[in-house]
Amino acid sequence: MLSWIWCIPALPFAGFLVLAVFGGRLSRTLTAVIGAGSVGLSFLAAAAASALFVSYPPAGSSFTLLLWQWVNMSGFSPAISFTLDSLSVVMILVVTGVGFLIHLYSTRFMLDEEGYSRFFAYMNLFVGSMLILVMAENLLLLYLGWEGVGLCSYLLIGFWYTDPENGRSARKAFIVTRIGDVSLSVALFIIATTLGTLDVREIAQKATAMWPVGSTLAVATAALLLGGAVGKSAQLPLQTWLPDAMAGPSPVSALIHAATMVTAGVYLIARTHVLFQLAPAVLLAVAIIGAAGILIAGLSATTQRNIKRILAYSTMSQLGYMFLALGVGAWSGAIFHLVTHAFFKSLLFLGAGVVILAMNHEHDVFAMGGMARKSPFTFWTFLIGAFALAAIPPTTAGLSSKDQILSQAWQSGSAGKVFWALGIAGAFVTSVYIFRLVFIVFGGKPRAAAPAGHGHGAPSGAGVAAGKDGMQAGAVMGLPLFLLAVLCLVGGFLSFPQFLGGKPILVGFLQTTLPQGSVAVESSVQTEWMLSIVAEAASLLGIPVAWLIVRRRLRMPATAAASVDNAAHVRFLQSGWGFDWLYDRVLVKPFMLLAKVNARDVVDRFFDGVGGLNMLLSRGLRWTQNGRVRWYAAGAAAGAVLIVAAVVLL
Amino acid sequence: MASVSPEYALLLAGVLFCLGLVGVIVRRNLLFILLCVEIMLNSAGLAFVVAGARWGQPDGQVMFIFLLTMAAAEVAVGLALLILHFNRRKTLNADMMGGG
Repeated sequence: MLSWIWCIPALPFAGFLVLAVFGGRLSRTLTAVIGAGSVGLSFLAAAAASALFVSYPPAGSSFTLLLWQWVNMSGFSPAISFTLDSLSVVMILVVTGVGFLIHLYSTRFMLDEEGYSRFFAYMNLFVGSMLILVMAENLLLLYLGWEGVGLCSYLLIGFWYTDPENGRSARKAFIVTRIGDVSLSVALFIIATTLGTLDVREIAQKATAMWPVGSTLAVATAALLLGGAVGKSAQLPLQTWLPDAMAGPSPVSALIHAATMVTAGVYLIARTHVLFQLAPAVLLAVAIIGAAGILIAGLSATTQRNIKRILAYSTMSQLGYMFLALGVGAWSGAIFHLVTHAFFKSLLFLGAGVVILAMNHEHDVFAMGGMARKSPFTFWTFLIGAFALAAIPPTTAGLSSKDQILSQAWQSGSAGKVFWALGIAGAFVTSVYIFRLVFIVFGGKPRAAAPAGHGHGAPSGAGVAAGKDGMQAGAVMGLPLFLLAVLCLVGGFLSFPQFLGGKPILVGFLQTTLPQGSVAVESSVQTEWMLSIVAEAASLLGIPVAWLIVRRRLRMPATAAASVDNAAHVRFLQSGWGFDWLYDRVLVKPFMLLAKVNARDVVDRFFDGVGGLNMLLSRGLRWTQNGRVRWYAAGAAAGAVLIVAAVVLL
Repeated sequence: MASVSPEYALLLAGVLFCLGLVGVIVRRNLLFILLCVEIMLNSAGLAFVVAGARWGQPDGQVMFIFLLTMAAAEVAVGLALLILHFNRRKTLNADMMGGG
């Protein structure tokens, strides 16, 4: 019945193959149809599979499709097989659904760019790899998708490769996430050698049977898995690649930040949650990393000038919420926030893309302004996204998921209160940075460098449809914005808080794969109300604070503004708490020094020495080969005498 | 027939061999070098014969006949080369052979 689910990842791969092989010869229209269509079909297939899965739940509430045996050795035989359970159903719907909307948007956004087919080939490969990742039955196949996603992020971040700076960003993303990948692969080695399997469900069974809670192996494995997740999901301490990943086109940022890539780490931890439950210390570390990430990234976002960097730090901050949820055992809460985050973050990035195009590829928010009047449609959708991010009604997406995470954090033991407080502080900061962005970019009048005739005759070809005011996004770019805005408005009803009369549909659905966690500890309705009201108050408080900050900043004369921007603490926050600086000093500089010292190959000196010695000896012996027969005869005689003497004397 | 003690005979062979060797090293004329080589060969042959007589075995004399045959062949080839060389270079100086 579900045996055709292989085509869900296969369709984007087919699109990639066609575009990669015939890309240059296809017209732009056909490229767009193949690029977006393959993902669209994949979404339809995923939707159909999900519908079948829900209406006819397979035995054990998971369906496994064995395609073929990958490797077959004694004691180790991973297969190419896909699993459909509640977790992967949710993931494939998000990946293909949001992914399709982003592809649709890109068909217009990238229209005037070089390498149109190359772009869609990479994007399709990206979505295909992500689908492999979330549908994989065993961790080895998951790792294949994991690496594919990493490769595609490299290719897409460096899409505009003619600027060396973009190439640098792409390499940075690839190398930093690679540190996490190594950690993940070591975790896989440990699991494969000690448990003898990489099948997720078998791992869960064997690990609980063989490893006691808190045993060294369990802790080591969970910590290494966490290392992989931290790298991919841009959490402390491997978060530095994400802000630089903004070098890619806006749809790429949306895809990396919303539907794919960064959510892979969250998915990995949720998928292997059994191992984390065996290692409570690591689980606590997950929560701490998440809570710290919320504030560190959030505060950095409040000082950024680049519109996409604000959103990038926002992503790190929101991923912090997911990690916090995972850390306190709210597995389904984390996945729920992953879903709603995919809605509002892709909406924000796509909206930012429209703004950037309208501003002729200007990224500095202080050069923007008055966008609300210039493109009201973008403004309203972006505003909905901002409300959803800040978890403020009438949007429900961020509201209900963040509420769930915070209430579960509150209930999780003694450390839970601290995590809750950090989460509330994070909610306030979130609200401040996103409304600061909204006020600066959309409020007021156009500022400074707003180029005349926006979009027309731009050197790199700004792709804004019609120069008319109004809906600048055009229908093709507007539709995804509209649909995502709708999802932001209603997405929260997937699991609306129960005390508000909602039903935990998504959480209940995920129950077959992910344990309920501390949801089981039912708190009183009063507590829930109290927690919600505090969270809401923190978010709402952020709006006037943001307004005050922006007003003060914009009224400053240029010199005062410059001096504020140069203040030490602002620069510290702007650089993302100086992590880049730190890593540069601690890791990059010493490594470069070592490389410089070794540029002439220290090890080679030894072998050069051997060669030199031989040259010297040969020079010493060369005079014996002088072509004089009598010398040779004398040499032979002397040798004979020596040998005879040796034989006689010794 | 009065027998010669093998020590003296071997001494003679040794002296002959050294004379030949010194000749090979010292003489420049190729013809003389060839002759000296013959002396060295014969000294070795003498040593064989002496050794054969000492142990009453025929092997030494067999070896000597073998050596003579070989020496004849060697001289034939050596002389032919010598003549060829002389025809080309108009000299028999061994030091003038290499290179220049």
